[in-house]
Amino acid sequence: MIAYTDKIQEIARRLLKDCKVETVIGFRKGSVPMMNEPCFITSADAADGLVWDGNCGINLANYLTNRKEKIAVFAKGCDSRNIANHIIENKIDREQLYIVGVPCQGMIEKRRIRQMAPGEITEATEDGDEIRVKGRDFEEVYNRDEALQKNCAVCVHRNPVIHDEMVADEVEEQTDVDRFADVREIEAMSPEERRVFFRKLLEPCIRCYACRNACPLCYCPTCFVDESQPQWVGKSQNPTDIWTFHFLRAYHCAGRCTDCGACERACPVGINMRLLTKKLNKDAFDQWGWEAGLNLEERPPLDTYRPNDPEEFIK
Amino acid sequence: MGIEPGRLHFSWISSAESTKFAKVAQEVSDKVKALGPNDHFAKKELKVA
Repeated sequence: MIAYTDKIQEIARRLLKDCKVETVIGFRKGSVPMMNEPCFITSADAADGLVWDGNCGINLANYLTNRKEKIAVFAKGCDSRNIANHIIENKIDREQLYIVGVPCQGMIEKRRIRQMAPGEITEATEDGDEIRVKGRDFEEVYNRDEALQKNCAVCVHRNPVIHDEMVADEVEEQTDVDRFADVREIEAMSPEERRVFFRKLLEPCIRCYACRNACPLCYCPTCFVDESQPQWVGKSQNPTDIWTFHFLRAYHCAGRCTDCGACERACPVGINMRLLTKKLNKDAFDQWGWEAGLNLEERPPLDTYRPNDPEEFIK
Repeated sequence: MGIEPGRLHFSWISSAESTKFAKVAQEVSDKVKALGPNDHFAKKELKVA
C-alpha cells in the first residue's frame, strides 16, 4: 500500500496546481511510529508531505462536515461510504467534493503490533505483506494479516463506492468472512449474562468521548452528553451514566454506521464499542437488507415510509 | 443490554386513542410491578465518609 504514496502526492499536486480544489485532505506522517495524522494542504508544494500506508485508519469523512470550499479527499472503502452518508444527510454537497478512491487492504491495529514487539518501537515500515518494526535492540517482521484492525479483517467493502478518480486498480473484496459472529454470540446470551458482559465491556470507560469525536456520524452541534439544560445523562463514572452514553450513542448511529472502526481505534483504554453499533448494523441488514452509504440514491431505512409496510400499526 | 423480558414495552397509540393509552399504561405498570424493582440500572449514591 505504501506504493500509493507517490500517486497520491502526484494527484494532490495536480489538483491544487490546476485549481480544481482549494483544499486536499489526506494523511501525513505522525510524530510517533504507526500514527499517521490527517492533514489539510492548500498549496501544491505541500503535497510532498502526504503519505499512505496501513496507519491511515482515521476516517477522513469526519473533516467534511459543513465545509464550504471545494475539497479533494482521499477515501478508503469505509471513508467513501461515510462521505456518501454525509451527502445524503446534507452535510456537504457532492459538487464540492473531488473524491480520490484508495482501494484498501485493511488498516493495522498498532496496539497489537506494540503488544507483539519485545520493546518500544521507534520505527515501523511496511513492505507488501510485511511490517518491519525496529526498536533499540530488536528488529522484527510481522505479517500484515495478523495485525489488521478487527473491523478491517471482516470488511466486505474495501473499494470506494463513490469516487472521481482511483489511486490504483480495485482490490479483491473478501467474500468468505463472517461479519457478525461476535454479535451472534452476544445475542445467544441470557439477559443476565448480557448485563454482566456489557458491564465488563464498558467498565474501563473514562468518558473522554474520543470515540464520539473520531466518529464521522457524530456531528451534532451539541451532543446529548454535553447538554446541560436538560441534562440527559450524568457526567460521572457511574456505570449507569457510562451505559447511557454508549448505548444512546450507538442508537444515534443506527442505519448509518459503516463499521469504519474509528471509535474503537480512538479509544485510549481499548474498549470495543463497535459491538454495540454492529448489532444495529446487523439488525438493519437482516430486516431491510440495508448497509449504510453504498449509494447516493437510496434513502436510509429509518427515514423512509413505504405504503406497503408489512407492519399493521403504521397504516 | 441485559434488561429482563417484560420490563420494556412498546406500543403504537394515536393521540386520539385515549382509552387505549390508559389501558396500555395500566397493563405496563402492572407487569413491571409484578417483576419488582430493577436495581441494576439504578444509580447508587456514593457513600461519603
